[in-house]
Amino acid sequence: MLTPMHKQLLNDYQQDFPLSPTPYKDIALSLGITEDEVLLAFNELANEQFISRIGSIIVPNHIGVSTLVAMAIPNEQLQIVADIVSHYPEVNHNYERENRFNLWFVLIAKDDEDLQSVIEAIEIESGFKAMQLPLLEDYFINLGFEMDFDD
Amino acid sequence: MIDFTDRQLIEVLQDGLAKVSRPYALIGQQLDITEDEVIVRLTRLKQLGLIKRLGVIVNHGKLGYRSNAMVVFDVPNYLVAQIAGHVSQLSFVNLCYLRPRGGEQWPYNLYCMIHGKNREKVLQQLEHLIDCCGLSSIKREVLFSRKCFKQRGAIYKVSLEQKKVVSDG
Repeated sequence: MLTPMHKQLLNDYQQDFPLSPTPYKDIALSLGITEDEVLLAFNELANEQFISRIGSIIVPNHIGVSTLVAMAIPNEQLQIVADIVSHYPEVNHNYERENRFNLWFVLIAKDDEDLQSVIEAIEIESGFKAMQLPLLEDYFINLGFEMDFDD
Repeated sequence: MIDFTDRQLIEVLQDGLAKVSRPYALIGQQLDITEDEVIVRLTRLKQLGLIKRLGVIVNHGKLGYRSNAMVVFDVPNYLVAQIAGHVSQLSFVNLCYLRPRGGEQWPYNLYCMIHGKNREKVLQQLEHLIDCCGLSSIKREVLFSRKCFKQRGAIYKVSLEQKKVVSDG
């Protein structure tokens, strides 16, 4: 069960987590509670998987190269091809989506040469074409995700 | 420009900040630098915009946001920056990207992501988006996510690749 403190920690610290020697203590001070209570609450949120981690979101294509990839796979072969794709360590966020292009994943590699060789390997192993849709421009200023706890 | 230590720092941070009193000191120990240097470097990476945000990364699904749609639009090139500017202002839009069109079979160039508690809510929000951004005559497709085969944060492995050049994007 989420307490008001949990909700505050979830909503207010997605963007600017304190960059001070004692970040949890700083949060505790601003919420009027103790550092131990903050640490306990974050541990609870992590244990219950409400948060995946306290970490950083990196801008794509500054460190290494990446691309979104889409494939159109017949339904009866989708799981097999998805498993082939997921097997590559360069792949993350591999999803089925409701469309004729039904398999969507993100590839990350250290340079374009590596990226292309992974895509080629996936195409050969699966027998299907992969459509590359690399990011050209990011219009979004990521302010985290505002939760609506009311309904 | 960022150096090898910055890259190591980003890699270590992929695992998440430790829930201890001095988490940055702990990272410093791992990289053999001081706590101060960790903080100074992270502050700089944020200012440079390479770290888009530093903080709590929430698990949408677990919090009840179980419906997720990627919506793609075929926006005339001369309008795309303007329209994207409007779209990205909406509070329920999580991502707004320009991508190359995939030929005749996939003519779309503007991508946005909407998370919602259920499908109806996401579709309502999409309707609102279409209305207020003037997109009713723009060709689009809505791709709800179905099965997740693999979900993991971006992993940047740098430890063994000291000499790789960082691209300018």
